[in-house]
Amino acid sequence: MTQSSDSKKYWLDSSANVTKLFHGLCAVCLLLIAIDLFLHRHEDFEFVTLFGFHGFYGFFACVALVLTAKQLRRILMRPEDYYDRDDHER
Amino acid sequence: MSADFPVALILIFGAALIPPLRGAVRRAYMLLLPLAAFICLLAVPQGMHGQVELLGHNLVLMRVDKLSLLFCYIFLLAALLAVIYALHVEDTLQHVSGLIYAGSALGAVFAGDLLSLFIYWELTAVSSVLLIWARRGEHSAATGMRYVIVQLLSGLFLLAGGLMHWRATGSLEFGQIGLTGTAGALILIAFGIKSAFPFLHNWLMDAYPEATPTGTVFLSAFTTKLGIYALARGFPGTEELIWIGTLMAAFPIFYAVIENDLRRVLAYSMNNQLGFMVVGIGIGSELAINGAVAHAFADILFKGLLFMSMGAVLLRTGTIKGSELGGLYKSMPWTTGFCVVGAASISAFPLFSGFVTKSMIMSAAADEGLLLTWLVLLFASAGVFHHAGIKIPYFAFFSHDSGIRCAEAPRNMLVAMAISAALCIGIGVFPRGLYSLLPFVVDYEPYTASHIVSQLQLLFFSALAFAVLMRTGIYPPELRSVNLDSDWLYRRAAHGFATTFHDTLTKTRAGLAAGIFAHAEAVIGLIDRQRRPGGLLMRSWPTGNMALWVMVMLLAYLLFYYAGNGHA
Repeated sequence: MTQSSDSKKYWLDSSANVTKLFHGLCAVCLLLIAIDLFLHRHEDFEFVTLFGFHGFYGFFACVALVLTAKQLRRILMRPEDYYDRDDHER
Repeated sequence: MSADFPVALILIFGAALIPPLRGAVRRAYMLLLPLAAFICLLAVPQGMHGQVELLGHNLVLMRVDKLSLLFCYIFLLAALLAVIYALHVEDTLQHVSGLIYAGSALGAVFAGDLLSLFIYWELTAVSSVLLIWARRGEHSAATGMRYVIVQLLSGLFLLAGGLMHWRATGSLEFGQIGLTGTAGALILIAFGIKSAFPFLHNWLMDAYPEATPTGTVFLSAFTTKLGIYALARGFPGTEELIWIGTLMAAFPIFYAVIENDLRRVLAYSMNNQLGFMVVGIGIGSELAINGAVAHAFADILFKGLLFMSMGAVLLRTGTIKGSELGGLYKSMPWTTGFCVVGAASISAFPLFSGFVTKSMIMSAAADEGLLLTWLVLLFASAGVFHHAGIKIPYFAFFSHDSGIRCAEAPRNMLVAMAISAALCIGIGVFPRGLYSLLPFVVDYEPYTASHIVSQLQLLFFSALAFAVLMRTGIYPPELRSVNLDSDWLYRRAAHGFATTFHDTLTKTRAGLAAGIFAHAEAVIGLIDRQRRPGGLLMRSWPTGNMALWVMVMLLAYLLFYYAGNGHA
């Protein structure tokens, strides 16, 4: 293992390219939602056939997951050596 | 070879011959062992073989049916892949214990009675802990000890429950047990520990990230899936499992988001995947059981692949902390690619293995009208993509460039990862192959337009959520930390309680002793004073006094005697 020495530039090193990727992702999402306008769904639950259900559920589930987990850190997070310390005061 | 010969012994006794072998011979021999076991297995017809009479009980060492065969195929495949992955390692301890561990898992799956199940059950515990101790640090010594205590405890629950089951039914046969009475409950706890039920789970996140890079790959395949097999055998259709599994699928993903050790993130995501399987077993329909065991099969491959890629990173960089890694795709392009295949598989992208197995469980839940469970599983599906599908590759291989430049993974590791990746894609593209191995006939089509679009929407919008949270800086950064989980109860709370209890006991004893000494000294002083000239004890007494007291005593005796008779 060595520290960075090569000067080779990678495509992802440029933040403009990362932005391009992000825009590409947004475009794919729009496309996937648009399919819902044409595709007749066969689903097990009635509400699942609502327009873009899976997309919105996925998006908000992940945002809720991350925000909740971030708050959980306040309660759960301890220093890395928490269990290794000899003094066991809380 | 006779069908009665327990195939597990090929690995267990075969492993004992490894130590004297060296170099290429040893490597070839280790590769040969799982292959030999597989060839033997092909010759065994379905049925009850290897029946042994012990103390009037009929033990069945080789129960061969579709359920046990499926798990044996995947266990042998996992053993072979793990051996390839570990070929470069020069550590006899890891080679021997890894293969004994695989063999005992195989034996447990073929066990047709609770006694031989118990024996193999404990053997997996004892052999697997060596893979943690093989890291040879103070930390891994303590972790291994905690791990093996929990695993052996699971065996004790199985033993107690098995004996009670035998008393109640008169049979040691390991078939459908069900949650009836104490025996069933004890056995369920035993299986629940291995399958990492909530509050019985923490040995997994505690121990797996502490094993050697190659050891974790062995560990990830067998113990938890043995638990799933045992549940599918003993408790299919037990409704409580639906709720346990739903909880299991949901809560670990919150931990996975904030965990810094990437192998521990994988351990949490394994817990989440086990939740899907437990739900499937709890539902108990043919589709659900098929889905649960198919998902176990797929999970061994893709989770093994993810642990392999993270093991390679740990081997090459010496760390596996998200806070210290990043930009490794430049140094390890192949490992990155294989990791992404594993990530796509666990996230259930179409054409990858998770898609064709997990969807069976989801469909089974929907068929039963379990709306809440279905919604939680959908949430967990989005979550697993978020933390295992994106977080793992992102923080290890992309993210900000950590500046670390290292060699690509050793060739044997790359081969193992390549085979695993090919299998993940193969199962995803040709699901019929796996479906034909399942215990029940499969009448399920994963690739419907509706299903593909729903899944892609779910996944791409989850990815969008990640990207948005990242770009807005809301996403919590990777921090060097530990997160409290249920192991806090025994590592901190119980330890604190024991320490306080011990301190209090010591103080009380000291206080009591001091008090007793003070009083005793006072009494001794009193007696001492009476022993001096003129003291009570040194005085001379007239004989008449004695005669008087004897008379008083005799009178008292007479009185009591008559009083006693009067009553009678």
